[in-house]
Amino acid sequence: MSTQAAPIPTADTFAPMSARRLLIFGGIALIAGGMLFGDIFAVFVLHQNGGQTGQSLLAASQAASTGDSLAVKQIFQHIGGLLEDRGTKVDAHVHMSDAGYLALLVALLQPYVALPQRHKKLLAGVFVTAGLLLPVGIFLIHYVGLAYSPFANIGWASVLADTAGALLIVVLLAETYGLWKYLRGEDSGERELPADSSWERRTLLSGGTILILVGFLYGAWYAGVDLYRHEARETQILKNLLDASTGGKGGTVVEVASYGSLAAEKAVKIAAHSHVIEFGLLAMLLSFVQPFVYLGDRWKRRWVMLLLGGSMILPVFVLLELNLGLVAGAIADVGGLLVMIALVGMLVGVLRYSGRLDAVSGVTR
Amino acid sequence: MNSSRRLLVVGGLVLAVLGMLYGLHYAIFVEHQTLDRMGGSLAQAFVHAAERNTAEARGAVDEYESTKYNYVRQVDVHSHWIGLAMLLIVLGAVFDNVVLSERARMWVASALVTGSFVFPLGVILQTVNHGTSYASALAILGTATVTIALAAIAWGFARAKPTK
Repeated sequence: MSTQAAPIPTADTFAPMSARRLLIFGGIALIAGGMLFGDIFAVFVLHQNGGQTGQSLLAASQAASTGDSLAVKQIFQHIGGLLEDRGTKVDAHVHMSDAGYLALLVALLQPYVALPQRHKKLLAGVFVTAGLLLPVGIFLIHYVGLAYSPFANIGWASVLADTAGALLIVVLLAETYGLWKYLRGEDSGERELPADSSWERRTLLSGGTILILVGFLYGAWYAGVDLYRHEARETQILKNLLDASTGGKGGTVVEVASYGSLAAEKAVKIAAHSHVIEFGLLAMLLSFVQPFVYLGDRWKRRWVMLLLGGSMILPVFVLLELNLGLVAGAIADVGGLLVMIALVGMLVGVLRYSGRLDAVSGVTR
Repeated sequence: MNSSRRLLVVGGLVLAVLGMLYGLHYAIFVEHQTLDRMGGSLAQAFVHAAERNTAEARGAVDEYESTKYNYVRQVDVHSHWIGLAMLLIVLGAVFDNVVLSERARMWVASALVTGSFVFPLGVILQTVNHGTSYASALAILGTATVTIALAAIAWGFARAKPTK
C-alpha cells in the first residue's frame, strides 16, 4: 500500500513515549471528545433548556402581574439553575476542545523548548490529564453543587476544575520558560519538523487561514451591525414585558417569544463566528500532524477535504437555523460529525505511524 | 528562527500572558460581582414590577443593560486576546511556508501583532465611557489590520510550491 509518512527525517521528531507524541494523541482525542460532547449537547440539551428558560420567564412575568414578588424571586432562582446547567455544558465543550488545541500547539513548540526530555514528558502528561479533568470538573458543577463542600460558595467540582486549570497554567509557564531558554541560545535536544509543502499541508494551511479570515470578517460584521441593535432590542423587550406585567394589558407571551428569538439569534451568530475560527485554527494545527499520518495519499486527502467541508457546513447551517429551523440544525450537526470523522481518521493514521515506527525501532519487542 | 517568526511567537506568548492575567484578575475580582449585579438587577426589575413600581423596574432594567454591556466586552477581550495569541503562535511556527520576501513577512507579522493587541484594547476601552467613538475607532483599526494581514498570509500560503 502506498503511504506518505516520511520515516527518516520525521521519526526523530516522534520518538516513542515522547512529549510530542503524547500531546498529539491527547490533543486530537480531546478535540474529538469536546466536539462529540458539543454535538450531544446541541441535540439533547440546548433547545430544551432554552424552552424551559422561556417558560420560566413567562411565569415570572405572570407572577409579577399578580403582584407575587416571592414567586418572582423563586422563579429567578430556578432560571439561575437553568442558566447554570446550560452554561456549564457550553463551558465543558469549549474547554475540552480548547485544551486539545493548546495540546497540539504545545506539541508544535516542542523543538523550541529547551528543557530536559523527562521534564517535557512529565509536562505533557500533566497537560493532557489536566485538559481532561478541567471540562469534567466544569460539567459536574451543576450536579455536585455544594455537597460536602467546606467552602461557602465553591463546590468540589469547582475545586477540581480550578485545580486542573491551575495545572494547565503551570505547564504553560514551564513551557514558556523552556522557550525563553531556547531563545537565549540553549539547545532543545529535539529536531524541528522537516520542511513540508505537501498538498495536505498547503490545503490545511490555506483553508484554515481562509476560515479564520471569514470568521474574523463575520465577527466584525456582527459587532458593527448586530451587537448594538441586539443590546437595545433586549432592553426594549424587557421593558415591554414589565409594562405588560404591571399594566395587566396582556402581551407577555409575545414579549417572551421575542426575547427567546432574540436569544436564539444572538446564540447562532456568535456560535457561527466562534466555530468557523476554531475550525480554521484546528485545520492549521492539523497541518503539522500530516507527516505523522501513515495513510495512502487518497485517504489523507479525503480526511483533509472532509475536515474542511465539515468546517464550512457547521457554521453556515448554524446561521441558517434562524431561517430553516431544525432542518438546518440537523445539517449543522452532520457538519460537526464530518469534522469528528476526519479527526478520528487522522488519529488512526497517527496510530498506524507510531506502531510502524515502534516496530522498526524495536521498541515493541 | 528568523525575525518574523520570532516576532509572532514572542508576540503571541506576551499576548497570551496578558490575556490570561486579565482573565485571572477578572475572574477573581470582577466577574462574580458583575454576574451578581446583572442577575440581581433583572430579578429586582420583576420584583419592582410585582410591587407596581414601574419607575424602579425600568431603572433596574437600565442597570442590567449597562452591566451586561460591560460584561460582554470584558469577556470578549479575554477570549479574543488569548484566541489571537494562539493564532500568532501557530503562524509563527509555520511562517516559513508563507511565500513572501522576508521584509514583507516582517511587515505582515508586525501588522498582525499590532492589530491583535489593539483590537481587543479598543473593545475594553468602550467600557470606560459607553458609546465613546475613539475606542470603537481603535477596535475597527485593529480589526482591519488583522484582516489585511490574514489575507496576505492566506495568499502567501497559496503560493507555496508543492513538494510532491
